[in-house]
Amino acid sequence: MNRLQNLFAKRGVTSIFSSLSSIVIGLFIGLLLLFGFNAPYAIGGFFKILNTGLSGAYNFSKVLYQAAPLIFTGLSVGFAFKTGLFNIGASGQYTMGAFFALAAAIQFQMPWYVAVLAAMVGGGIWGLFPGLFKALFNVNEVITSIMFNWIALFLVNLLLANMPMMLANYWGAANPDRTASVATANSNALIPTLGLDKLLHSDYMNISIFLAIGVAVICYIILNRTTFGYELKACGYNRNASVYAGINAKRNIVLSMVIAGALAGIGGAISYLNGPVQYVIKKEILAMGFNGIPVALLAAANPIGIIFSGLFISYIQIGGNALQPEFSSEIINIIIAAIIYLSAVSLLIKELITRIIRKKKNEELAESENGDLPNNSEGVAKQ
Amino acid sequence: MNILIDIISSTVLFAVPLMLVALGGMFTERSGVINIALEGIMIIGALTSCLFMSYLDGIGYGPEHPLFSMLLAILLAALAGGIFSLLLAFAAVNLKADQVIGGTALNILAPSLAIVITWAIQGQGETTVLIPTWARITRETLGLSEGGGFLSDLIYKNLYLTTPIAFLVLIISIILLYKTRFGLRLRSCGEHPQAADSVGINVYKMRYAGVTISGVLAGVGGLAFTMAAGSGFQATVAGYGFLALAVMIFGNWKPVNILGASLFFALFKIIGSYSSTLPFLPDFSNVNSSEYIYLMLPYVVTMIVLVLTSKRSAAPKAEGIPYDKGKR
Repeated sequence: MNRLQNLFAKRGVTSIFSSLSSIVIGLFIGLLLLFGFNAPYAIGGFFKILNTGLSGAYNFSKVLYQAAPLIFTGLSVGFAFKTGLFNIGASGQYTMGAFFALAAAIQFQMPWYVAVLAAMVGGGIWGLFPGLFKALFNVNEVITSIMFNWIALFLVNLLLANMPMMLANYWGAANPDRTASVATANSNALIPTLGLDKLLHSDYMNISIFLAIGVAVICYIILNRTTFGYELKACGYNRNASVYAGINAKRNIVLSMVIAGALAGIGGAISYLNGPVQYVIKKEILAMGFNGIPVALLAAANPIGIIFSGLFISYIQIGGNALQPEFSSEIINIIIAAIIYLSAVSLLIKELITRIIRKKKNEELAESENGDLPNNSEGVAKQ
Repeated sequence: MNILIDIISSTVLFAVPLMLVALGGMFTERSGVINIALEGIMIIGALTSCLFMSYLDGIGYGPEHPLFSMLLAILLAALAGGIFSLLLAFAAVNLKADQVIGGTALNILAPSLAIVITWAIQGQGETTVLIPTWARITRETLGLSEGGGFLSDLIYKNLYLTTPIAFLVLIISIILLYKTRFGLRLRSCGEHPQAADSVGINVYKMRYAGVTISGVLAGVGGLAFTMAAGSGFQATVAGYGFLALAVMIFGNWKPVNILGASLFFALFKIIGSYSSTLPFLPDFSNVNSSEYIYLMLPYVVTMIVLVLTSKRSAAPKAEGIPYDKGKR
């Protein structure tokens, strides 16, 4: 029992516990909805959500394909979050990344790694603006990045409409409303598969999930094992205190947003440098950037946690697609929304847990030492 | 002349939802809560009122009493928006959660909920709720005779009950915010909640009020947007909730400036779609899809204005910070 309490006293463990409880409650809400809308199919539908992702190589590869950009946009949101910034602009950075990658691949016929680097530049530029505006003019980054989401969308649409070589109809396909398939235009620009596509019998499969895991580990190291990461987090906890300690907060805010933008940009590159996928010109903001927000929040912005939460969100989304036609697949988004709402209030749950444990521990301490330490602060400090 | 009527009336038509929602945003931010969920609240307001109108249309009551039915629909949109916004108020005020995260959750929730519900009511894949024709106010609705000059043509071109109500809301907002005790208290909670609390103002109550007012106005704004868009409710308000945030900032959190800002944004949207037919506009003839230039411009201008006015910004000082009584 004592060991369990010690375990819960650790910050990371409480985070995981509160994330898991958000997930369980969220899924339960989903189950209730399934019952509410179409009771006879509810149990079957719920199991579809839970096991479709593992029900075959094709679905599994789709989970991995979709998880990779989710992890990248999640890392983007999470990285900025550690510096105390809310990067709601991952969507625009993702869009710019996709455009830069496709331009490098199709217009300039570059290999895939150049296209990914180009995407980092594109996303980074789109993160630079909100960062600069925040650092120099103290304009709220949430507002700036929302504006830049729309600017990115319309700018990319405008540019694509004026770059005939980028569009599918230039390469012999019928539709002028989407970019050319990278497979026909420049197969060197496809993310390498290393035979994984044959292994899992899916065109979607490539090494992008491993890239995502690798970058997540790098982010973890930067944030937790370097001076730079320490400075970033210090700015996030208390900007004034970090300035007082001699940290250049303005530079760190800008750098953090640029890195966040570059991460979202890679996400854009890897989702579109893929055989069966094409960028369709629409007037709607791409959802992938917004889905990075739940991924990051569910993992409490921890880069390693983001790997798992990205896989989880992708997993239930693939499960949700299998719900149709008995249910609308949008039920998954309700579950995700519930999970985020719960993780927004999870701070409260976390506090509650630590408070209960502290109280118990203090009581026990007081008992075992015959009241020598009545509710003192020392017992708390030891934890 | 006809094109002038078209442009003016459509500008007003699209300015109405922007202004309503931006005024809502103003109330919540003046109380100290950032409401990023305006987009989601608009969708919920539009969903309930459109379903209600299509129900009234089905039972035949709507076509007989169009004005009263519209009024009921507007009230319902306000009610639905207000209730939905309580979810944000609960997280932001009671639980002191991050307001942006709570708002993001509601934004993801609303369109999915709308699709799931319309799907359940109208059958698989039928996610469009059509707006009955009686929703538009014509001369016939009011029992007037045909004809009657430029001004009358202009008024009846695109007239919905939401338009006069929006102007009423604007006037009430100005009075409420600047001329009443409630307005003063609300503003003080957004500037310095600790000071407000020290003189006996209930900050939590004021913030609840701010968020709920924004929910009510955003709900009506959602209905107004759906009617302006014209093709029925399709589980989206096309980013107008976010655009309204830009309008609010562009209008510097002040009601009259917000009116100007919403007209400005709406005008750019309309000009974009008319750019090929208006001779005095640069038509960018060597550019494909030049409408995107006009769609992009309001955001770019907002960005520039934000930067230029950042020193004189009237943004409430305490916005976005959860108020904790025990904190110093």
